Amino acid sequence: MLSFIIRRLAISVVVLAGISVLLFVLLQLMPGDPAEMMVDPFSFSGDRAAAVQQRREELGLDQSLFVQYVRWIGEFVQGNLGFSYSTQRPVTEIMLERFGPTARLMGTGLVIALLVGIPVGILAAMRRNTAVDYGATVLSLIAISIPSFFVALIGIYVFGLKLGWLPTAGINSAGGGGLADSLRHLVLPAGILGFALAGPYVRYARAAMLEVLGQDYLTTARSKGLARRRVIGRHALHNALIPLVTVVAVQIPTLFAGAVIIEQIFAWPGMGRMALDAVRARDYPILLGFVMAVAVLVLLCNLIADIAYAIIDPRIRLSGARA
Amino acid sequence: MTEPLLSIENLVTEFRVEGGVVPAVNGAGYHVMPGETVGIVGESGSGKSVTVASVLGLLPSSGRVVSGTTRFAGRDLLALRERELEQIRGRDIGLVFQDPMTALNPVMTIGEQIAEGLRRHQAGLSRRAAGARVAELLAEVGIPSPKERARQYPHQFSGGMRQRAMIAMAMANRPRLIIADEPTTALDVTIQAQILDLLRRVQREHDAALVMITHDLGVIAEMTERVVVMYAGRVVETADVDSIFHRPRHPYTRGLLRSLPRLGERRDELPAIGGQPPDPRRLPDGCSFRVRCDLSGGRAECGFQPALTEVAAGHVSACHFHAELAAEEVA
Repeated sequence: MLSFIIRRLAISVVVLAGISVLLFVLLQLMPGDPAEMMVDPFSFSGDRAAAVQQRREELGLDQSLFVQYVRWIGEFVQGNLGFSYSTQRPVTEIMLERFGPTARLMGTGLVIALLVGIPVGILAAMRRNTAVDYGATVLSLIAISIPSFFVALIGIYVFGLKLGWLPTAGINSAGGGGLADSLRHLVLPAGILGFALAGPYVRYARAAMLEVLGQDYLTTARSKGLARRRVIGRHALHNALIPLVTVVAVQIPTLFAGAVIIEQIFAWPGMGRMALDAVRARDYPILLGFVMAVAVLVLLCNLIADIAYAIIDPRIRLSGARA
Repeated sequence: MTEPLLSIENLVTEFRVEGGVVPAVNGAGYHVMPGETVGIVGESGSGKSVTVASVLGLLPSSGRVVSGTTRFAGRDLLALRERELEQIRGRDIGLVFQDPMTALNPVMTIGEQIAEGLRRHQAGLSRRAAGARVAELLAEVGIPSPKERARQYPHQFSGGMRQRAMIAMAMANRPRLIIADEPTTALDVTIQAQILDLLRRVQREHDAALVMITHDLGVIAEMTERVVVMYAGRVVETADVDSIFHRPRHPYTRGLLRSLPRLGERRDELPAIGGQPPDPRRLPDGCSFRVRCDLSGGRAECGFQPALTEVAAGHVSACHFHAELAAEEVA
């Protein structure tokens, strides 16, 4: 197990290096010039071209791409992600600040999706071709096919404007308002994120459970005289959960993408909004930091999924080639 | 005369499929005496397994018992509620399935899977006591170092070992009846003999009745005392094993026997029964075997469903022309 984890971590380093190179090239292809953005064309008086050029030299953007990359990666491995072009603050500091709200939003969304999606999917499989199944199918297809920004707008309209039950922007009220206030702010964005993600979970959980329900070992379990509850709860569920581990892990990046949009709509001070602002401002250090953080998250999720897999499925042992 | 342990009469079971219902069992019936070994033989789709599943309430959700009566130790199984049937399954009747690869839960240890059957039917059995009993059972079915093996998962067992574990599971609560549904079909030939020996041994030691469902006449000859031949969801012939092999009174049984290779006899081609097993959705009127029958010759009688008639003591056949088969033998 340990050697597996070490090997996987080593592979992850290589993948991260590849991503960073790709990212550097892509940023270069992006239209717009950070130095241009930093010299306001309206309020600036004097030789603007010289000022822009000076900025460019200050930021090191006059160097070749290769030199820029080597400098950046040299700092990166020491844990230094550079300074934001627009605020001059350390990128690490900004990201840490933004990580908390994003983790709160994504974590809650994920928990909601799991707690709703998987039980509903399993129930649908057990009540196959009944009203429960059809209802779950329709709802999950709605969750999958309606974009979350649209659901978010409806949510804001209904619960924020019409009913006035929930706040529609920010992570808490101005001046802070304690736990209850934070939770109230969390309901809409996390609920909508969770709803969007629960859709696929319902589908996958239903399919996994249907697959298991047809297996011979369930008949064997029943032939021992076990009650239905135990046959389902002990024998079927455990087997159905195995493929779901992968699905959940693979969906984490989707969750992140969803969070970016939700943060934008609900003025949530998280990493998604930070990244969008950075794109607009051509704030390369922040963008690089953000994408690298996402990459680390994705790789980490896959690793955790593989380990979880080995724990719940005794047929898989994390050693050598089979892993 | 003692009461049969299990008796099934006029069982009709059908399956819902797209565009209608398909009958899988069409009035089948047989009985099993205490301690007796009965072989149920027939082609795939003849209703052998479905009959058993119907009786035990193990049909898939698309299956339904339409009519019939079954008695097990004096109780009508079809009238029992699911809860009551659960009490009987695994305690009074143990099942061994065909494919030990798929019939064992891959994510539970062998020991857990045997122990849960024990604890289900023996209230107050502690975890520790169940564990000890599991090791005893595994040792009894010939699994070496049973304590260690009990902690392993099915994928760590070979096919033969899994079937041994399956047998240990079936007999955990000392059932009065063991039903083995093609217990050796999925195994290597050398392993098959071992598993048959084992089944016979545990049956004798536990004084249980054994129902062997198989399409292998070799298994029938070796293991059973009485044989029930099924065709298209019906019983077509029943007799003691000796009569079945030497004095078959149904052309289907005779066809099955003729298609067996015999030691010391050179034949270029084994005679097979012509045609295909009938499509249960389109059973012919009258005798369902008539289209493949080498005795019928298109006679008018075949348009009627033949009744099971006693042709000798304990020997029944559902053929209009059983007398002709008897006459042929004499000639």
